[in-house]
Amino acid sequence: MRLDLLPRARRSRRLDLLAPALAFLAAVLIGGIAVAALGVPPGQAFLTYFVAPLSEVWSLQEVALKAAPLALIATGLAFCYRANLWNIGAEGQYVAGGLAGGWVAVAAHGSQGPTAWILPAMLLAGTCAGIAYAMIPALLRVRLGVSEILTSLMLVYVAQLLLDYMVRGPLRDPQGYNFPQSVSFDDAARLPLLMAGESLHAGVLIGLVGIGLAALVLTRTLFGFEVRTVGASPRAARFAGFSDARLTLAVFAISGGAAGLAGICEVAGRIGQLQPEISPGYGFTAIIVAFLGRLSPPGILLAALVIALTTIGGEGAQIDLKLPLDLTRAFQGLLLGLVLGADVLTRYHVRIVPGGAGAKGIP
Amino acid sequence: MGSIVTRLAGALLCAAVAAGPARAADKLKVGFVYVGPVADYGYSYQHDLSRKALAEALPGAVETTFLENVPEADSERAIEKLARSGAGLIFTTSFGFMEPTLKVAKKFPTVKFEHATGYKRAGNVSTYSARFYEGRYVCGKIAGKLSKSGTVGYIASFPIPEVVSGINAFMLGAQSVNPDIKLKIVWVNTWFDPGKEAEAAKALLAQGADILTQHTDSAAPLQEAEKAGKLAFGQSSDQYRFAPKAQLTSIVDDWNGYVIQEARAVLDGTWKSHDSWGGIKDGMVVLAPFTNMPDDVKALAEETKQGIVAGRIHPFEGPVLKQDGSVAVKAGERAPDPMILGMNWYVKGIDDRLTQ
Repeated sequence: MRLDLLPRARRSRRLDLLAPALAFLAAVLIGGIAVAALGVPPGQAFLTYFVAPLSEVWSLQEVALKAAPLALIATGLAFCYRANLWNIGAEGQYVAGGLAGGWVAVAAHGSQGPTAWILPAMLLAGTCAGIAYAMIPALLRVRLGVSEILTSLMLVYVAQLLLDYMVRGPLRDPQGYNFPQSVSFDDAARLPLLMAGESLHAGVLIGLVGIGLAALVLTRTLFGFEVRTVGASPRAARFAGFSDARLTLAVFAISGGAAGLAGICEVAGRIGQLQPEISPGYGFTAIIVAFLGRLSPPGILLAALVIALTTIGGEGAQIDLKLPLDLTRAFQGLLLGLVLGADVLTRYHVRIVPGGAGAKGIP
Repeated sequence: MGSIVTRLAGALLCAAVAAGPARAADKLKVGFVYVGPVADYGYSYQHDLSRKALAEALPGAVETTFLENVPEADSERAIEKLARSGAGLIFTTSFGFMEPTLKVAKKFPTVKFEHATGYKRAGNVSTYSARFYEGRYVCGKIAGKLSKSGTVGYIASFPIPEVVSGINAFMLGAQSVNPDIKLKIVWVNTWFDPGKEAEAAKALLAQGADILTQHTDSAAPLQEAEKAGKLAFGQSSDQYRFAPKAQLTSIVDDWNGYVIQEARAVLDGTWKSHDSWGGIKDGMVVLAPFTNMPDDVKALAEETKQGIVAGRIHPFEGPVLKQDGSVAVKAGERAPDPMILGMNWYVKGIDDRLTQ
């Protein structure tokens, strides 16, 4: 027996919208079985994971804070992935952005005189560093044909180790007992809080504006059309006179810039100093978010919120229900697998071929 | 009559309602934040043992909970979550949690915080750590005696003072019995990554090291040594069962006493912010049984341990020379605590460089 995937003649719009919802439902059901097997009532776990984080002002802010960098990075990545270019190194571009922007803050630490320039300079430095760092794999691909998947991924470790070196060496706090961290930034180098005494900072707004802009570019401009065309049909794009090289550089610049901006927003927002680790893996999680959101900005925003929600709900489950962290991670993986699987089923239908010999279709 | 009954019933009901939450509130919620998985069989595992010991020692009085695998960049939320879920005492067990701990502590002035291995305190934030370097000095003596190739491999995590002082103490111990001993150091830049640690162990063994020691948390290096028929030291917990033919001893972090003592203090209302740095004498650093070594080495190790407990021996007893030959501790003096807590230089004889 063999299973064949045959393209559907007509894609149903309703099914397209329904598929991720069904996938989510299936993930919740399977997760529920796992939870029950661990001896916790599934209903209670559902409340802790998905409802409790939305029922408090504090945890709502945390969901937003966690979702913002994920959504911003993933939106940038969507440009790359739509153009069939595989930037796996957003984590490195994020770190490069955080490091460059943080450097400005450390250099300006304790300076007398006007301070209004510091924060804009940090954001600019972070974005530019992200772009510059993404240019390395892009140029290597355009000029030498090197696989951008490998170079962008390997450059993640280079960026992490560079940050590590900088906070142990040149940028170390002289009063810090040699511990690897910079000075705490001055207030002028911190993103302002949106509400006094709360944790939500302006980085969330910056992220939202960035995603909005990206959505406009992708759907309303010639460049956005170009990105979509190249992804859908490279041959047609070439006939239309679109340049591969220019496009590669452009989408890498966008994704690198978005990741760099997310990096400096996190450093200037929540963390407030440079330290060896400034990302809980946002650059990698954003890849999941980009695909969960089907590479469209509104979908990405939703996916980022779901991932943020399960992460924060997962912490609640660890504390209140003694459910292990691994369960949260397994659930997030399960969700991605099911959404992608559901997507395949909206585009193809499955035919069971008895015996299997001599059958046509996609093997 | 009827009214008395109803009033009595009402009063009883009120008492019951009042007593319910009050009893729940009496129970002290103690939260733990770990940087690694509780199943690392090293640092986080050992901390989790103290959580279990606490639950056993004060049943009915405390309720414990933990968050594992918390990335340092993401820890502020995890700590705040514990504080919000009603914890009265929170142990944040990694250096990288320092600033986040202080930030959350400011928001929750009635919650007590205990931060491991940091140096910043506040009215409701204590710090605690252990003098691991004492154990490393004993290990150094054992290695100096037992190494046939004269080369010992050291798998190190991050060049923070705690790790650097450990390397120095180990080297000084080894040099005291074998002045020509060589130390090869590999920095793996992680606290817990069995794959990376095993690779480092293989590389060190290939370079001629016949004894391994580590400042990372998994048992992988020990297992590599066991496979190669070489010797090694365990880390953080007694890892004998992973390498019964290779483990010489292990520097065990025993937080049980401290954790229970601090929880008691909170319950009694006597808790105060302070810094605590205990060693072998205080039972915070424990050496696992000396195994896989001849009796004379065992005796030397035991004697060194007793000497440290009695205060006769100090790992950083002068003269201690830095790599460049300059004097760090004069003859007849001992390194003061602040020097050990901020150590960012190697002692003479170590062939490695620290980023300055």
